[in-house]
Amino acid sequence: MSSRLSLTLFSLLSVALLPVAVHAQEMIDDTTARKQPLTTWGVQFEEFEYRYSDDDEELGAWNADFFYGTDDFKVRWLTKGEYAIEEQAYEGLENQLVGQVPISKFFDAKAGVRFDTPEGQDRTYAVLGIAGLAPQWFEIDANLYISDEGKASAELDVEYEWLLTNYWILGATFDTTIAFSEDSEIGIGKGLVSTETGLRLRYDLVDRAFSPYIGVVHERKYSDTADFSKMDGGSIEDWFAVIGARIAF
Amino acid sequence: MKIRLSAVLLGLLMPALVLAGEYDLTVDRVQIDTGDFVKEGIGYNGASPGPVMRFKEGEEVKINVTNNLDETTSIHWHGLILPFNQDGVPGISFPGIKPGETFTYEFPIQQAGTYWFHSHSGFQEPDGAYGAIVIEPEGREPFRYDREYVVQLTDKHPHSGDRIMRNLKMMPDYYNREQQTVGEFFSDASENGLMSTIRDRMAWGDMRMMKADVEDLQGFTGLINGRGPEQNWTGLFEPGERIRLRFINSSAMTYFDIRIPGLDMTVVQADGNNVQPVNVDEFRIGVAETYDVIVRPKDDQAYTIFAESMGRSGYARATLAPEEGMEAAAPQLREPARLTMADMSGMPGMDHGSMAGMDHSNMEVMDHSNMEGMDHSKMEGMDHSGMAGMDHGDMMMSKGGANDPFYAKGSGLMPTAANGGKFLSYADLKAQDPLYEDREPTREIELRLTGNMERYIWSINGIKYEDADPIRLKYGERVRFKFVNETMMTHPMHLHGMWSILDVGAGQWNPIKHTVSVNPGTTVYMETEVDAPGQWAFHCHLSYHAAAGMFRKVIVEGGPDSTQAKADAVNEEGGEA
Repeated sequence: MSSRLSLTLFSLLSVALLPVAVHAQEMIDDTTARKQPLTTWGVQFEEFEYRYSDDDEELGAWNADFFYGTDDFKVRWLTKGEYAIEEQAYEGLENQLVGQVPISKFFDAKAGVRFDTPEGQDRTYAVLGIAGLAPQWFEIDANLYISDEGKASAELDVEYEWLLTNYWILGATFDTTIAFSEDSEIGIGKGLVSTETGLRLRYDLVDRAFSPYIGVVHERKYSDTADFSKMDGGSIEDWFAVIGARIAF
Repeated sequence: MKIRLSAVLLGLLMPALVLAGEYDLTVDRVQIDTGDFVKEGIGYNGASPGPVMRFKEGEEVKINVTNNLDETTSIHWHGLILPFNQDGVPGISFPGIKPGETFTYEFPIQQAGTYWFHSHSGFQEPDGAYGAIVIEPEGREPFRYDREYVVQLTDKHPHSGDRIMRNLKMMPDYYNREQQTVGEFFSDASENGLMSTIRDRMAWGDMRMMKADVEDLQGFTGLINGRGPEQNWTGLFEPGERIRLRFINSSAMTYFDIRIPGLDMTVVQADGNNVQPVNVDEFRIGVAETYDVIVRPKDDQAYTIFAESMGRSGYARATLAPEEGMEAAAPQLREPARLTMADMSGMPGMDHGSMAGMDHSNMEVMDHSNMEGMDHSKMEGMDHSGMAGMDHGDMMMSKGGANDPFYAKGSGLMPTAANGGKFLSYADLKAQDPLYEDREPTREIELRLTGNMERYIWSINGIKYEDADPIRLKYGERVRFKFVNETMMTHPMHLHGMWSILDVGAGQWNPIKHTVSVNPGTTVYMETEVDAPGQWAFHCHLSYHAAAGMFRKVIVEGGPDSTQAKADAVNEEGGEA
């Protein structure tokens, strides 16, 4: 009974409101930015540093990426290089342009091209890779490359961080390359090519935007690649002291 | 309710007699000084927060909003019941207010209590575009007070909203400085044993989830009425007076635990609606919620209003004092909150043995055993003295609220009062004067709150707003919404335009709210009388969650003109005998 009463009241109210309702505009479509995929961008220099080797060699080195896109598709430009300060030459210079799509909760697939333009021979590669976060917080980046010479190689990059405090962070990186065939022109032998292991202690000075660090980096070449390097008068193993900053904005 | 309705009716039928008020608001670029930093922001009438808008129930308001920004703006009247095209959500209610334009909102005030308003465009609200609404009721209120203050909280961050969103997308833990450290590993190991600490870290590492993932956005300064802890907003009183404090959480992202050491608080209103009074020592206010409490300081001394963020990364502080310049000590922040496996229990595919099925056991206990028979006692106990709700609360759970049924059992977010006393639970909230008849819902809609922290994607039923179809409701039905929180974060869900009747197991005394907080690993039900035609927004009120996709459009099909017959039929089928 009482619900009936309230309903009656309700309908009366409704009638009273009718002029308002009629006056109301049509239900519009949402064409605002909220209904569009959220587009973001970012720049991260994981490494931007000065390296001083146990052979008194001085290098400038960086490893950075720029991305632009949505949750479903991002374009990423990855760039890394090593510049020998005395020789005024790029020992390594690598640029990748890849498209990136999510394939699982924690991993993305990437495909694109890589251009290597260091001192000496250039190479262009097709890139296929995955990147993401593995269990126990290991950042993984694994790539397969096929060069314009038809040579295939693979690279695995693993990162891990220890939070000494919420501002002092010790980061470990491990990077290894394996070649499936020889490319002697650029000094690559078949099999295990090289490893680079780094340990960097950083302090988040300005948010996570600017974090100066110091660290050590160990580079090593293996098997045929090591032999090529030796013949060329280069070294097989290097230790570096590094100082630099991690930058993100 | 009938009084309220007929008042509105009267108001509408006799325009000549109706109260009418005209108000002007300008939307401006302003400077915001928190005491810790000064930043550019957005405000109303030249300040952030904007003015307190004071309306009277039954009034016809006309509000001229002039946009002095160089971008589109809007004002959403949070919690107000009004025609949908006055609700102020660009793309849903109206196209928005263009730069230089003046938009005139016109709607009848059909309710009383404490509410607030804010921009619904971009990140203007986190950037400072918010203010308070106080609506004086037509009739007498069931509680007395000698003076009142709005206590409006926010989490002011030095970064702009756009930058925060971008940083969170780039690095979801960008702002999290409460993460577990190597030091915490060793202290845990010495406390709980090395192996169990390793197992614990492995279990979380396996999920790629952080125990410290309580507050996405840290590094803010908590403001009360626009003033930082050092600037110490002060409300004056004379000892012995009853003071009504209208708490409003206008934060972008932050829940606050509020206490006033030395004073009991009597909660008399939640989300603008009177509740049966509950005495508490402390309460948690979700983003976008409001609570009105009455305090009675008897001594000639200052009292600190202390609002600690839920994750303990920051706080807001203000003072009640007999004279300007007096202050009391501000307490220390408690230890940062850590999530537990219980908070993860809502995640699909996370089979942690005993965790499965926890929601059910939790909620059942609440719904049936604890709540049964309480209705009767409550009806007798409505003496408005401020003590009525208290006994029930104690009956229901141990003092201190450590068994709050609205948290997963064993949750790391389970609140406890700093003084060991009573912490408010949703389960304590009972409507003072139910607005709606209690009736069976006509149907249930399940909304799983979903997300991916590593990608900073937030969604409902796994679908972001950009990809989602609207939720379609029929005018006249009563829908039961089932929220299942499958994420490890708390989500304050806000349905525009229609009341959210929160199921606390109290039947017709269930409180009506506009924002319902859903804790990790829990299932919460609310019902909605679909009594407002048009289209409405329905979203998580954490600004960056809403923007990342935890948002829906709700379309109410039909209306008072076309669906009366249908509503009648529905009532016949599903209504109570």
